[in-house]
Amino acid sequence: MSDLKQLPLDGLHRELGGKMVPFAGYDMPVQYPMGVKDEHLWTRAKAGLFDVSHMGQAVLSVEGGSHEDVAALIEEIVPGEIKKLGSGRIRYTLLMADDGGVLDDLMITRLPTELGHEGDLVLVVNAACKDADYAYIEKKLGGRAKLTVKDRCLLALQGPKAHEVIAALDPEAATMPFMSGRVTQLDGKNVMLSRCGYTGEDGYEISVANEDAEALARTLLARDDVAPIGLGARDSLRLEAGLCLYGHDMDPEISPVGAGLNFALGKRRRTEGGFAGADRVLRELKDGCQSIRVGLKPEGRAPAREGTAIMTENGAVIGKVTSGGFGPSVGGPIAMGYVPMTHAEEGTQVMLDIRGKLHPARVVRMPFVEPRYYRGPSA
Amino acid sequence: MTTKFTKDHEWVRLDGDIATVGITKHAAEQLGDVVFVELPDVGKSFGQGDDMAVVESVKAASDVYAPVAGEIVETNGAIVDAPEGVNDGPEGDGWFVKMKLSDASQLDELMDEAAYKEHAADA
Repeated sequence: MSDLKQLPLDGLHRELGGKMVPFAGYDMPVQYPMGVKDEHLWTRAKAGLFDVSHMGQAVLSVEGGSHEDVAALIEEIVPGEIKKLGSGRIRYTLLMADDGGVLDDLMITRLPTELGHEGDLVLVVNAACKDADYAYIEKKLGGRAKLTVKDRCLLALQGPKAHEVIAALDPEAATMPFMSGRVTQLDGKNVMLSRCGYTGEDGYEISVANEDAEALARTLLARDDVAPIGLGARDSLRLEAGLCLYGHDMDPEISPVGAGLNFALGKRRRTEGGFAGADRVLRELKDGCQSIRVGLKPEGRAPAREGTAIMTENGAVIGKVTSGGFGPSVGGPIAMGYVPMTHAEEGTQVMLDIRGKLHPARVVRMPFVEPRYYRGPSA
Repeated sequence: MTTKFTKDHEWVRLDGDIATVGITKHAAEQLGDVVFVELPDVGKSFGQGDDMAVVESVKAASDVYAPVAGEIVETNGAIVDAPEGVNDGPEGDGWFVKMKLSDASQLDELMDEAAYKEHAADA
């Protein structure tokens, strides 16, 4: 017996030959018959369809309140610039603990105001953290803001062909800027369409009602350029893109500064503070922190998996790999991990202890592959 | 030459007193695309069931166990240089090592092809 939750599209995944594994309390497709490596390469060349319905979707609102009202509240627990987030724009930010650790990373969308959603923020949080996140938000903002959890599917279509596939159903989607979202229709279904993702590629996330999700997924999969992609390739794609996986590359002990996520801290907020954990974050911005997340390129072919010890050339342990494996587009092993500031400079040589053998690696700039996000119509 | 199989999805084929060892077609399919292989040094000895080699897919690393006790006399450098060779011919050109057996009677404990097929289907 298992307590695993089933995705609304469980039947479709099995029909497509998905190999189901437990992940964050859900029975999820880790790969399809194409296999992780080819699914990864397919997404970089064409368009991959991911079912990420395990993630948490919720709306934060203030009864009769304006965007400024709800933004001021969420800014108490996230360090991003939300007050000045434009209508229909998305921001990546972090849910902060009082001690400056990161409780989760999340996407916040300010719904387009013209649709009568003034004051609504859509939050998308990690599956493994969602119940704790909701409880934390309730504890911090309860009575002042209302959090409504949405039981909906979330599909992601990622890759260089994604815009053609989506634009065939909704022409305006072609020119949506990266990190923007709107409410529209695809194939006759009401959706919230966001131009964002977790692969380093251009693409969209589509929030759709559970009862409409399968028909929409089938419409997308019917396109020659679209293939279903499992969690295995999702992980290798995000690793190549240098993106953190919560619970691995980030945890409640690590601050945003150590995680190398300063870009997720709003400029105003870095001086004003005023969010949970700001004391530590502002101090670390000024003085630095003990260890910091870096990219690592092993020199040989051996993948350095999560937990691999990082050593100096003299054999002193200085840190550990938090995500690592083989990058199909890179064509070799890649990793990220934490090292002291003294060893974080690009080009620093370190040693990785893989099954008792020391393998040389270099600290490198991330991402490992150039992102290809859509920035707007070219001139 | 008969081929024997372990429950951990290795195969072993005896030719004289030298056994060739690899992972089964079923194992290769379950792993998916092999991206890295680590083989033991020639001259090293292993007991039956010892960790002997490592095979890695994009997803994960898996140990390969010595199906019988013996000393490594040759390793397949081709799959170290081109790990996809394991997927292309797991029970042929994608062999891992050749071993000189210490106790050929250990082979009798392993499965024949029919028994292995049943085992793999249940796995």
